Amino acid sequence: MKEKFNFYFKLFKSTFFLSAFTFGGGYVIVPLMRKKFVKEYKWIEEEEMLDLTAIAQASPGAMAVNASILVGYRLAGILGAIITIIGTILPPLIILSIISLAYSAFIENIFVKYILKGMQAGVAAVVLDVSVSMITDIFKERKLMPIIVMFAAFIASFFLNINVVIIILLSGLIGIASMYFSKDRRKGAD
Amino acid sequence: MLPCTFQKIEEKELIKLIYLKLFWSFFQVGLFTFGGGYAAMPLIQNQIVEINGWLNMREFADVITISQMTPGPIGINSASFVGMRIAGILGAIVATIGSVLPSCIIVLILAYIYYKYRGLAAVQSVLKGLRPAVIAMITSAALSLITLALWKEEKISLNIESIDFVALLIFFLSFFVLRKWKLNPIYVMIGAGIIALCIYPFIL
Repeated sequence: MKEKFNFYFKLFKSTFFLSAFTFGGGYVIVPLMRKKFVKEYKWIEEEEMLDLTAIAQASPGAMAVNASILVGYRLAGILGAIITIIGTILPPLIILSIISLAYSAFIENIFVKYILKGMQAGVAAVVLDVSVSMITDIFKERKLMPIIVMFAAFIASFFLNINVVIIILLSGLIGIASMYFSKDRRKGAD
Repeated sequence: MLPCTFQKIEEKELIKLIYLKLFWSFFQVGLFTFGGGYAAMPLIQNQIVEINGWLNMREFADVITISQMTPGPIGINSASFVGMRIAGILGAIVATIGSVLPSCIIVLILAYIYYKYRGLAAVQSVLKGLRPAVIAMITSAALSLITLALWKEEKISLNIESIDFVALLIFFLSFFVLRKWKLNPIYVMIGAGIIALCIYPFIL
């Protein structure tokens, strides 16, 4: 019993700290988890961790949350998943709640305003940098379909203000359709 | 007496409704965010700025900025921030649970399928279709952020007067440093903050 509790506590503690020190979110958590659970604790095989990463990527939502749900589920079933989810969402929940409370007082300060103004220009550059890298990757694939979908989605969201959910659903459908299309073609070639 | 209690009941209902709305909005953000991180941004903007008006565009940009500086995914950060502002601690918890619940359900289903069949080809093909659209929407969100950061008014105009040249300088400098040396975004943002603090007090 005590051993089990210790294991759950260790699981909670590791996801809590992983989450507390993952700045900027996203894919950063994967190598950190690999280091912790594959290399250090040897709880998960290397190969399996790669598959879990693919599942985390394939699912909606934040990568960090998805990856920790999977690790928790793999190690201790549903209860494990619940423990790792709580461990992962607590740090940002606590930090952002505190910032939210202090926000009004914080934002009225003139120097804070200057800093935030500069940082907003910085963050705009950060997001543009991400999008430029991703667009370059799409063009490197040299396939017509993704490029058309990308332009159409951009026009739909930036100029026509079409709801993002509709754009996502439509492009998912295009993905499925093109899978069937290429399957049929392959059959034809056989 | 009667109108008073009636009003109280109405107030209670309203609060319940806010929790429900928070939960549902962030549930949708969680459900339709594919590709993690920045992909959540346009969805959050859509839900909290455009549909519900819980934050204006400037506050939203602040949340994104703060998210970059603090640990945790943007989706959870904004859920906690908005939930807390709109309905206190419970609001933050409700919004956060809403944002992770879709992931929990779908990830567990996929994990079950994976351990049973070890194949995810269909899922991967859907993702292939989604990727270009997600990139387009991130770009669209990036342009909104640029507009907000570089123009003093809320919209793009060709009037030279309305361009914030200090922000423009910081923007180009940041972008250059990011492309050229692939510097960690946190350092870029700290640098941007410091430059702003050194220039703005003397010109405004």
